[in-house]
Amino acid sequence: MKKPVVKVDFVDESPKNGKFKSRRRFIKLGGLAFAGSSFLMYSCSEDDDFNPAGEGPDPEPEPEEPEEPEEPEEPAAFDLGSGDVGILNYAFALEQLEAAFYGAVRGGSYYSGAPDNEKAVIDALYNHEVIHREFFRTAITAAVGDGNEDMVLPDLEFNLDSVDLSSRQEVLETALLLENTGVGAYNGAGDRLETTDYLVIAGKIVSVEARHAAAVYELLNPDSGIAAEETIDENGLDDANDPSTVIEAAGGFITTEFTATQLPEPMTS
Amino acid sequence: MSIIKMLDGFSSENLMKKKSSRREMFNTLGSFGKKAAAAAVPFGLATNKAKAAAFFQEGTSPVEALQFALLLERLENQFYLMALESGVLDGRPARAEQVFMDISAHESAHVDFLVANLTDAGVDVSAEPTFDFTAGGTFDPFNTNGNADASYAQLLALAQAFEDTGVRAYKGQAPNLMNTPYLEPALQIHSVEARHASAIRRIRGTQGWITGNGDNAMAPNVQAAMDAYEMVYAGEGVTTQGGVDLTTLDYSGPSGNDAIVGDMTEAITQAFDEPLGMEDVNMIASLFIAADDSEDSDN
Repeated sequence: MKKPVVKVDFVDESPKNGKFKSRRRFIKLGGLAFAGSSFLMYSCSEDDDFNPAGEGPDPEPEPEEPEEPEEPEEPAAFDLGSGDVGILNYAFALEQLEAAFYGAVRGGSYYSGAPDNEKAVIDALYNHEVIHREFFRTAITAAVGDGNEDMVLPDLEFNLDSVDLSSRQEVLETALLLENTGVGAYNGAGDRLETTDYLVIAGKIVSVEARHAAAVYELLNPDSGIAAEETIDENGLDDANDPSTVIEAAGGFITTEFTATQLPEPMTS
Repeated sequence: MSIIKMLDGFSSENLMKKKSSRREMFNTLGSFGKKAAAAAVPFGLATNKAKAAAFFQEGTSPVEALQFALLLERLENQFYLMALESGVLDGRPARAEQVFMDISAHESAHVDFLVANLTDAGVDVSAEPTFDFTAGGTFDPFNTNGNADASYAQLLALAQAFEDTGVRAYKGQAPNLMNTPYLEPALQIHSVEARHASAIRRIRGTQGWITGNGDNAMAPNVQAAMDAYEMVYAGEGVTTQGGVDLTTLDYSGPSGNDAIVGDMTEAITQAFDEPLGMEDVNMIASLFIAADDSEDSDN
């Protein structure tokens, strides 16, 4: 099952996460290069105990139990936070994942043997995601203000062992999955943002992710049209996904524990 | 959020099938079958009318934004219908026609969606202007002059300009839709337009994303077209986002090993698409609205 062609395992320099480096068990779902999340906790309104696999070594307390004070010796996992900062951190997490993925792809044998036009696509996607990642790091740091740097999502660790980086099909399918996940995430997050400028910036990024998705789709399906029937409905509307759905889709690659318990609800009256 | 769920409830499983056979429908219906076809695709959107109407009474800006979006969608919709009828795509790569058919289905759905939402909100939908995709005789995208290769090139060039403009236009209107149930569907249309733009650009042999002020946009070698492209891509080349000068950031990342491949400034401009205001977009759209009809676009 596991094909550790390459291991993306960043050294986490953040002392905050020093205790969350333990590898978790990954599962491969339905042939997709994809792992189940057992360590992300998502809580918004309707999904208070979102924990898809629920079999990690550190199970959550029983939902019925009343709030318990945190055990002092165990530092809390990073929480994405509330309000706009929470959404920005959420986007930052996705951009970190995408950047890490394309960085790993560029070190793999599919890439090294790929034709120039495919290399050019991978290079561009890598560039764009790295730029998005560093933009969010800088923008969130500025948004939280001096002395609040601990509100900025730290560098996450990833495990991409489930993707065979020598396989064109697996690499491109995973790329498409990540790009479509990004599109659905940004589309679903737009109406949770309070600040106009952040909404516009999210819009500037999501259309680039959609451009990526279309390019990768074409590489996978050179004779098809736009199709992407998985994501575009009969009204001609792309996906708009809630954070719980997105975190479930992307979380399998993320080994750093974090929580999303305070993300804002959509602000559509 | 709820509007989507409600709309989903009204979606017909046969809808895409109908739309995918659109071209055959038009061959049957003749060149002005668009309205008939629209009527043949029942699209009742019994949304939360009370809520929507209440919202629309509070201000006109979101309505203007949606009417504006409708103008662009109608322009695109008409363009793709005429393109598919024109035969200009015959004998071209199969992918080109397939992409045009898919886009046509999406644009048609967008028109229906916007009309239904505006109507359900009690808004008078503005009249559809008469489009002139020759821009007063400058272009011949549907090959009425017998130069098939030039028409095919212009058809793709116009499609790209419309899609990239559409992406910019929706992005520009997003702030006007904040705190309304229409923001999310507008974003959902916005990203579909971006998929279209990428696909068309790649058929033309250029990248799916925009470099600089459209430096990679492959403007047709006609002065009027180059001028139009300049308008379409003006301002895309910015390198500062949210007050952050992206040319000054350290991109080495957590591993210390990341580095931008190739030209960093180009990559930065590609990584962010820029919005375009209503006035600028209307200037672009007005090139393709028949002169005696242009007033309708301002409603």
